[in-house]
Amino acid sequence: MPDIIFEQPDGSRRIVSASTGRSVMKAATEALVDGIIGECGGDLSCATCHVFVDEQWAAALPPRGSDEEQMLAVTSEEPTDNSRLCCQVVVTDDLDGLVLHVPETQR
Amino acid sequence: MTPSFDVVIIGGGQAGGEVAAGLRARRYSGSVLLVTDEEHLPYSRPPLSKAYLRGLVSADDLLLRPARFYAEHDITVRTSARVVSLDPDAGALVLDDGERVAWKKVVLATGGRPRRLPETVLPPSDNVHYVRTLADVDRLRATRIDGASFVVVGGGYVGLEIASVLARLGARITLVEAADRLLARVTSPVMSEYFLRLHRSEGVDVRVSTSVRSFRRSSEGRVVEVEVDDGSVISTDEVLVGIGMIPNTELAEAAGIAVDNGIVVDRYGRTRADGVYAIGDVANVVDAGAPGRRLESMPNAAAHARVVADHIVGTALPHTDAPWFWSDQYDLKLQAAGTFQGADEVVVRGDPATTSVCALYLADGLLRGVDAIGRPVDYAAARKILNRGGRIDPDTLAEGRPLAAL
Repeated sequence: MPDIIFEQPDGSRRIVSASTGRSVMKAATEALVDGIIGECGGDLSCATCHVFVDEQWAAALPPRGSDEEQMLAVTSEEPTDNSRLCCQVVVTDDLDGLVLHVPETQR
Repeated sequence: MTPSFDVVIIGGGQAGGEVAAGLRARRYSGSVLLVTDEEHLPYSRPPLSKAYLRGLVSADDLLLRPARFYAEHDITVRTSARVVSLDPDAGALVLDDGERVAWKKVVLATGGRPRRLPETVLPPSDNVHYVRTLADVDRLRATRIDGASFVVVGGGYVGLEIASVLARLGARITLVEAADRLLARVTSPVMSEYFLRLHRSEGVDVRVSTSVRSFRRSSEGRVVEVEVDDGSVISTDEVLVGIGMIPNTELAEAAGIAVDNGIVVDRYGRTRADGVYAIGDVANVVDAGAPGRRLESMPNAAAHARVVADHIVGTALPHTDAPWFWSDQYDLKLQAAGTFQGADEVVVRGDPATTSVCALYLADGLLRGVDAIGRPVDYAAARKILNRGGRIDPDTLAEGRPLAAL
């Protein structure tokens, strides 16, 4: 099971062992990671699973889909080029060690 | 010995499931029991009329949390168990197997059940569907859909979402709505018109201002024809009825807890009975001086769950954000927030003849609600303004200008 690392705004980190084939959002909410809400359950309808992919990992993820791009306009924190809605990021083995930065707010 | 829990949650829908998880997310260390009368662990309801009906996700995919979550976080779950009586004075309840459970706090998250046509009009039949639960949608999925004809009674979100899926799966659909427009209770005439044209363009025979007069059944008890009030008769293979839901207030009422369009609660989800909360579809939030409000939506259930979890751990944070909602029909996603009720002005941005349109609802110059399709930037801006009191800068209402607050 690959490890996904969630870094909070205060610098603290949670390492979550995630099952492959499921979304990062599900891994985060099941592990009760602070600051990842996923209110709509992964339906691309709420933009409350916003994360900033660490610069070192930016190239490792498949690109954002157009629906995800649209919903990124709705996040409470200003999105950057490294923003993802993590319900759209599927956990795979080559994401072992992925570092994601949790934004200050989700709503 | 009577089992005893610090918190018992009655109901395993979005609200019940989220309050259990929310307590542990807030490091609550008291004992928690969740009781649900369904055989499934808490699952997400919105996908039932969307991806699940389409066969794109499995029942397991719908679970709010996987089974191991409850054990890992010390949440006891009893499935297929119904609470038959609640005693707020004694701090106890009784399950349908006779077991008595003591509690310090109880959260009523009993949701609702579909409103049904009277049995004299439409007795239960093999090919009649009311849709609320996973089991209901499984039953719908088991029917022949491609090439089959359906009559959908009710032009609310449930009827329209299901019609969208069935139409794309090859069903021939006649949808009848008694009001003079679709979604009459929940949206503006411009959006009603939008959805009417959308469904008709997908081949659904939508008839507004049309009520069902009678159902004709075969000797095997299946509905074969539906007669409507203009005298026309529609042959059909299946009937789906989506005419609203009735809040499950009976347990509270029998326990002497105030019920009025749902279980009456304050802004923290508290009933007047000590230690008794109510949340989600069943809860009518009556805030000091204001008329009550009971919302039937997943975001509302999730918001209530957060408020009550906060309150139980000792933080009193009422929920103040404007209600929001979404609906997926065909390839479109409607994003809605606030309300159309009481609007004295409707501003339309984009073009209702396209898949990019936004209706803004104002009352006395204040933004009160928004419905948006394909305009997430407008939607996000409108939601922010709604959440901060609605003071929209009228100069930004014009096409081409980003919506902004005063």
